[in-house]
Amino acid sequence: MIDALGDPQSVLVLGGSSEIALATVKALPRNRINRVVLAGRASAALTSAVEELTHSGIKGVVTAEFDATNTASHERIIDEIFDAGDIDIVILAFGMLGDQMEFESDPNLAVQIATTNYTGAVSSGLHVARRLRQQGHGSLVVISSVAGDRARRSNYVYGSTKAGLDAFAQGLGDALQGSGAHVMVVRPGMVRTRMSAGLPEAPMTTDAPDVAKAIIAGLRKGKHTIYAPGNLRYLMGVVKTVPRPIFRKLPS
Amino acid sequence: MSKNDVTSPLVRGENEELLTGWGRTAPSMAMVQEPAHMEDVQAAIVHAGARGVLARGLGRSYGDAAQSGGATVLRMPSMNTFTLDPVTATVTADAGASLDEILSGIVPRGFFVPVTPGTRMVTVGGAIAADIHGKNHHVDGSFGSHVTSLTLIDGTGAIRALSPTDLLNSNDFWATVGGMGLTGVIVEATFNVIPIETALMSVDTERGANLDELMNKMIDADARYRYSVAWIDSVSTAGRGVITSGEHATLDQLPAAKRSTALVYEPKVVATAPKFIPGGLINKLSMRAFNEAWFRKHPKSRAGDIHSIAAFFHPLDGVQEWNRVYGPAGFLQYQFVVPDTAGHVIGEALARLRAVGAPSFLTVLKRFGPANPAPLSFPEKGWTLAMDIPTGVAGLATTLDGLDELVADSGGRLYLAKDSRQSPEMFRRTYPRLAQWQEVRSSMDPHGVFTSDLARRLQL
Ligand SMILES: Cc1cc2nc3c(=O)[nH]c(=O)nc-3n(C[C@H](O)[C@H](O)[C@H](O)COP(=O)(O)OP(=O)(O)OC[C@H]3O[C@@H](n4cnc5c(N)ncnc54)[C@H](O)[C@@H]3O)c2cc1C
Repeated sequence: MIDALGDPQSVLVLGGSSEIALATVKALPRNRINRVVLAGRASAALTSAVEELTHSGIKGVVTAEFDATNTASHERIIDEIFDAGDIDIVILAFGMLGDQMEFESDPNLAVQIATTNYTGAVSSGLHVARRLRQQGHGSLVVISSVAGDRARRSNYVYGSTKAGLDAFAQGLGDALQGSGAHVMVVRPGMVRTRMSAGLPEAPMTTDAPDVAKAIIAGLRKGKHTIYAPGNLRYLMGVVKTVPRPIFRKLPS
Repeated sequence: MSKNDVTSPLVRGENEELLTGWGRTAPSMAMVQEPAHMEDVQAAIVHAGARGVLARGLGRSYGDAAQSGGATVLRMPSMNTFTLDPVTATVTADAGASLDEILSGIVPRGFFVPVTPGTRMVTVGGAIAADIHGKNHHVDGSFGSHVTSLTLIDGTGAIRALSPTDLLNSNDFWATVGGMGLTGVIVEATFNVIPIETALMSVDTERGANLDELMNKMIDADARYRYSVAWIDSVSTAGRGVITSGEHATLDQLPAAKRSTALVYEPKVVATAPKFIPGGLINKLSMRAFNEAWFRKHPKSRAGDIHSIAAFFHPLDGVQEWNRVYGPAGFLQYQFVVPDTAGHVIGEALARLRAVGAPSFLTVLKRFGPANPAPLSFPEKGWTLAMDIPTGVAGLATTLDGLDELVADSGGRLYLAKDSRQSPEMFRRTYPRLAQWQEVRSSMDPHGVFTSDLARRLQL
């Protein structure tokens, strides 16, 4: 249960090795947390995520087998996790970035990331929403991206998956409004993580711990949408109004 | 909208409501039912869903005791009849009857409830489940000690008659007293009431210039008065405060002209707090001004003032919904008890909360008498301090965790009816008879039907 001071006891991360999610778990007030479920595909990254969190003093860190693309398994997996106890915060953090040029040369690869980032999120997000609704409390944090705010030549497949995810999460938040359960959409700009390694840095690039801080502050205030960093909200406001012929020519 | 008559699990159900405690923190959604008869309570229990059932009174507990996300919550004030037996001086009441309703019925007939908290807006069920205490704890003990029998619906839907003197079920009785609704739903109770000659209080007031003086005067006052409590100026570093002590006024204490109306009881609500209050209204400045004014308002020492019952016991009930003044973020009450030998914890707690700038209007100090047999009852011999604190204060979580340690190390504990944030470890450590209680509870609720957000938070 979340207590009167907003401190949670249990967290579920879908996409258990996500650096933003892990940074968020680490930045949460620790002394009430007694259960952290890192759900993801078995991997070295997932194992080391458990070690990293446990090592930093967080109690009750476990993994659960979860594959975003295996939507048929989502109901069972999510039910099992919630049957074992209420979850205060769910972070839906899985997602791939991919390479736009590869998508164009092999559309199958594009389908893969669309399935993971969008289809997988719709499926698991709805199951999570059902369970939060049943328990009558809890927050779902959906990691979207500013890339969904406006399609770009350089990453529009990725951007379109995030646009879909973002619209889904907004609507889900509306569906849950007033139910005790709550959805918060997070739109980070470029974050220095494994996923973005090697890419040129965009303006306002941040680190995962900064996004984590913004997430925690947003949760405390019961926000529905946050940008990280917060100022990106204004930049994206402008970006969305730039006419296409000009936008196309902007450096990506 | 569905074209195919499908119901979505996300759509809000008809009787669903977001519930919080008096502090208005950490809401959760529940299906609320208002039972009209005992049979409705039984039906709700027998047909309980996976998230269980919980009784709720008037929601005057501060934290998450009277809410349970996803559960069926039985709002008991829909069952609120009661009768007074003046010969045996007992009241038999539905669990949903409030002390407010009961006082209005029995004071004019010359009786008073055995224990009243700082608000009369509590139900009999809530009074038993939290085993509430009043200004007379040092003399009369807590509410549960005055209950002679109660009727409870257990986790199987069966009706149980419990009494403290029946050897076959006195364990069940005492597990229910202070049991926070987790042993079953109380539907009716009989408790002793005390005779009074007037609806007025004879009140003595004394100031204490610092905490030592205040505490010494309190020890002294406890020996002389049935009712006593001290208010502390939470802003002052000295820990100054005001002790009010009293007795029910006797007829001969009233001027002759007032004697014929001595039992007239008309508690009034004088105001309602506005619906919307922005956060931050309560700050260090307003708090300092309030505390100063409150201290000055009281005479250095005065004896024999005649006050109404409402003014003496329930001053806050004069302003409806005053809990809104803390704004949307809500507030909490930190209340602990420590043994007499750990009186220094009071000063330490005040100092630490002052240091983080946690302002409190309502800082109340009181001495408890001995504990009763209920394993989860809060009061035990010693000092209890209660402070209302807005939740937005920076560093509050850490400060309170530190205070928890101090309280636990001193052999004390926190009050579940006020708690909204202690850890399961703190709770287990400070309620050593938990295992005994859990054993009785699992016999009364074998399938685990009764649960609350508090129970989940504290793993109890
Ligand atoms: C202004 C103010 C002053 C207060 N002063 C004091 C004080 O001086 N001393 C003190 O001891 N307390 C005090 N309290 C706390 C209050 O007395 C308790 O929280 C009391 O339990 C509230 O009663 P309620 O009917 O509102 O119960 P709720 O808050 O609705 O419920 C409290 C608990 O009782 C259980 N419960 C309620 N009805 C039943 C039932 N029929 N069967 C089984 N379980 C039930 C609930 O499940 C819950 O666990 C104060 C509270 C306020 C707001």
